[in-house]
Amino acid sequence: MENRFQALLMGLVLGAAIVYLFMPIAKAPGPAGNRLAAVDRATGEARPETAAGDTLARVRERGELVCGVNQGLPGFSNPDDKGRWSGIDVDYCRAIAAAIFDDPDRVKFRPLNAKDRFTALQSGEIDILSRNTTWTMSRDTQLGLDFAGVVYYDGQGFLVHKDSGIAHAADLDGATICTQTGTTTELNVADYFRSNGYKYKVLSYEKNDEALAAYDDHRCDAYTTDASGLAAVRLKMKDPSRHLILPEIISKEPLGPVVRQGDPQWADIARWTLFALINAEELGVTSGNVEEMKSSDSPRVRRLLGGEGAYGNAIGLSDDWVVRIIRHLGNYGEVFERNVGTNTKLGIERGLNALWNKGGIMYAPPIR
Amino acid sequence: MTDMASQIQKPREPLSIGRGITWLRKNLFSSWFNTALTLLSLYVIWLVVPPLIDFAIIDAVWTGASREACLGPDAGACWPFVWANIDQFLYGRYPSSEVWRVYVVFALGAIGLVPALIPAAPAKRFNLIFLLVAYPVIAVTLLAGGRPGLPAVDTSYWGGLLVTLVVAVTGIVISLPLGIVLALGRRSSMPAIRLVSIVFIEFWRGVPLVTVLFMASVMLPLFLPEGVSLDNLLRCLVGVALFASAYMAEVVRGGLQAIPRGQYEAARAGGLSYWQAMGLVVLPQALRHVIPGIVNTFIGLFKDTTLVLIVGIFDLLGQVRSQLSDPNWSVPQGAITGYLFAALVFWVFCFGMARYSAYMERRLNAGSRR
Amino acid sequence: MAGAAARDKRKIGLKWSNPAVRSVVYQAALIALVLYGGWFIVTTTQANLARLNIATGFGFMDNTAGFGIVQSLIPYTEESSYGRAFLVGLINTLMVAGIGIVLATILGFFVGVARLSTNWLVSKIAWAYVEVMRNIPLLLQLFFWYFTVLRPLPAPVDSLSPVEGVYLNNRGVVVPSPVFGESSAFFGIVVLLSLVAGYAVLRWARKRQSATGEIFPAWRTAIAIVLGVPALAWLFGGAPFTLDFPAYRGFGFDGGMRLIPEFIALLLGLTLYTAAFIAEIVRAGILSVSHGQTEAAYALGLPAGRTLRLVVIPQALRVIVPPLTSQLLNLTKNSSLAVAIAYPDLVAVFAGTVLNQTGQAIEVIALTMAVYLTISLVTSFLMNLYNARVAIQER
Repeated sequence: MENRFQALLMGLVLGAAIVYLFMPIAKAPGPAGNRLAAVDRATGEARPETAAGDTLARVRERGELVCGVNQGLPGFSNPDDKGRWSGIDVDYCRAIAAAIFDDPDRVKFRPLNAKDRFTALQSGEIDILSRNTTWTMSRDTQLGLDFAGVVYYDGQGFLVHKDSGIAHAADLDGATICTQTGTTTELNVADYFRSNGYKYKVLSYEKNDEALAAYDDHRCDAYTTDASGLAAVRLKMKDPSRHLILPEIISKEPLGPVVRQGDPQWADIARWTLFALINAEELGVTSGNVEEMKSSDSPRVRRLLGGEGAYGNAIGLSDDWVVRIIRHLGNYGEVFERNVGTNTKLGIERGLNALWNKGGIMYAPPIR
Repeated sequence: MTDMASQIQKPREPLSIGRGITWLRKNLFSSWFNTALTLLSLYVIWLVVPPLIDFAIIDAVWTGASREACLGPDAGACWPFVWANIDQFLYGRYPSSEVWRVYVVFALGAIGLVPALIPAAPAKRFNLIFLLVAYPVIAVTLLAGGRPGLPAVDTSYWGGLLVTLVVAVTGIVISLPLGIVLALGRRSSMPAIRLVSIVFIEFWRGVPLVTVLFMASVMLPLFLPEGVSLDNLLRCLVGVALFASAYMAEVVRGGLQAIPRGQYEAARAGGLSYWQAMGLVVLPQALRHVIPGIVNTFIGLFKDTTLVLIVGIFDLLGQVRSQLSDPNWSVPQGAITGYLFAALVFWVFCFGMARYSAYMERRLNAGSRR
Repeated sequence: MAGAAARDKRKIGLKWSNPAVRSVVYQAALIALVLYGGWFIVTTTQANLARLNIATGFGFMDNTAGFGIVQSLIPYTEESSYGRAFLVGLINTLMVAGIGIVLATILGFFVGVARLSTNWLVSKIAWAYVEVMRNIPLLLQLFFWYFTVLRPLPAPVDSLSPVEGVYLNNRGVVVPSPVFGESSAFFGIVVLLSLVAGYAVLRWARKRQSATGEIFPAWRTAIAIVLGVPALAWLFGGAPFTLDFPAYRGFGFDGGMRLIPEFIALLLGLTLYTAAFIAEIVRAGILSVSHGQTEAAYALGLPAGRTLRLVVIPQALRVIVPPLTSQLLNLTKNSSLAVAIAYPDLVAVFAGTVLNQTGQAIEVIALTMAVYLTISLVTSFLMNLYNARVAIQER
């Protein structure tokens, strides 16, 4: 009976060596993270009050924000051939980075598929998820996540082949529908067809590209996702003019950024960055005039831009946080027009996403 | 069998038409049944081979700058699609300013591997130490960066053949030693060690790799303390390596079983410790017995690396699929071309490994026959 | 060994140089390590779940699934529960694996025998088949079948129809489905009876042969009974079923039976890939039976067919069956690649959609793994029984 245990010991040493080897890849936990984890394990309870500011501290320490985005959805988050990301979801993350660092480029974008996105956020792999994610009650309450607001009001629609003669959703009775696994669209389709008493077949693909390829090859009669997404994928088709987006919208899809539960300060930063973008548009502050507006007489503008009160300080940022955001990114309207607006290839009207006083429902609580 | 032996011993007849006809009659037309089989085979070949050659070579488009080049009515494979995307197929979206690092890693690997594979090459021991210890350290340091002078390149930018090789090589380097340890553990006389080994091996062998990868990508983060997060690629590497080591353990166990217990007992009686007996007497014989099995496990592992695309990592196949959705290159035959290219790459690697193992097996057997 | 350990103990006592002591320490250390690892994972996970407020337990299995599944052998609607969706996925997995196992085994035996053919061309073609198939990743082959072979088929309106009632299109294959009429019960009983009769003939023949040595052409008789009697019943009792021919309507075909392309691609891929491995196993098995055995059987006057059946095959099977089983298990596990081409198998439906809708990764993945583990362990258990039965009885 000689040292057989050495065998296992050897295995462990080998494992340790490998872990060491990959250390630069594995993200080392920040000191705060370690301490809190210990607290959590000991009590097994919800995180104590002292946890506030944890995410912000980690982001600061790291020197960049890690933001989970879509792997490729023009207008929302899409890398160009040089790997530079653009889109509404991307600009929102840049806005947070601008607020914290005064530098919109201190963001690392982590492309995620629909399935991994919540896990990545839960495990702390990303600081914020900004990936055209629909705000639903179960996601908000059962996954340990908090939605910070609505960046884009969307609804689910259908894309069909023009030559199929389908003009309305009602013509889809008996059709085969392609969609992506892990999204609310699977459920909405079921709801819609069921409530109308239509027959249908649904094919759920792991990857959006595959769902789209299947639709393109006529494996399915229709492809379904959020209407904004439809406009984007239609552009990806060989010949966009041969595809038609049906006029019907079958669901409510409020898309918004998501943060982990339990860090109220971080949730506030996420929420108020969005509100700042919207308020800036409402008050007429743009990237062009933000420097002049600093000396505006309007108390509302002065509070927004840090001339009055210490609103930024209250959420752990500097008081000129909104100036930083608007200077680099512009207000909500600018972000919208730049990425998906009528002058872009996507050509989406403001619609529901217009300000509340301009016929839409974009409404942000006041900063005061 | 006996025919072959007698043929080998016969002196070579001079080449002649007569001999060719004899060969044909003997091997293809010896009976009406055999003749029917031959004709059927010829028909099958005629069905498969000419269209394939037509598509891949004769009708194929070889040059062009965009999809228009491949839109001809009878155009075959669209090779410009492959040329245009060859960078992505090789290393994904690795930043172009840092690509030299990938090439250095590829080159170092080739420099280390080629002499290691040639039995006559000198300095085997040094060579293997370089390949198994120094090379992984250098490769990871270079590829991941994050050290002075080398900007960090996040693994989400890695892709293509680079990822395929990283996953395969890591799996091979880890699974062999771990598999040997597990095989020894399974044959240990200590019940606790045996039990742990058996449970470990049977668990990994009993589940599909897809579920292992799902576990690695969605479950593993929940097992780790808050704030600790593993890179997505690293998680998959761990999953693939553990999975492969269980298969390796069973292969090695087969080899151990073939070695008579007397060998071990004699070594121990001669004063060797357990590890000396195993390392110097039993394992060298056992591993030689199972070289084909080990290489088969490597080949299986190499093919299984494609599964990482299901959890969103772009290996060679994943990268091919991803480029296929590029509207600039969407032509009807694009998909077949892409798959043909990927299949060729995988086939060359796997077939090469299989041939090499057959060659080594013959060499080693020749040694033992003497 | 225990006796020796005890003696050692008396002599050396509780010292490190005592192997028995060391053995106990090592094992204790390993057990402690495993327990600690388990405890660490469990507590960390519990803490994480509590912190993140993620639901736990299998209660979700009764909740309404709310999504559709494209292929289901059991009644399933959107109102069904997640548990029902699990069953649908499991049955779909078993179906594709079951059919794949039968087809791959048959094809594998053919190719394996072809590899050994004296016909040079045949053996080379078989060789090429094996070397091409087993050196290309299965996933790549699945993509090939699904995205490039089945896709360019015409739309349902322009379906290819090689035979009346059979339609090929990019939505799959539609074939007439049997509708069992009134006489089907009678016919079923006839088939059952003829099977029993065939089996009885075989048993009787074997008994008689071992008792008297007389040989009866049992197999031929049995096959004649099993095929002939139902055929007579069909002739005189009328067809047991009528065919429901599919008809084109709206978006596709109504009536008939439909095999979706996802299923066909998965089945094709699994069968062709696994058959290459089976062929090699069969070849090795046949080669393992030494030529002397065949010659000895001929020398004893056994005819060729009987030599094959009574001498070669039983010995070859002893070599073939264990690796064959593991290949068939591999096929079953590989069917999980369905997730890549949207065939609704267990992994795609349960570890895919259900996981995403409920967010309960641990429960879902654990249950999925448990299913495959059970299939695998049960098969190994049966395999061990078989091995014990066919093992060479050394005396």
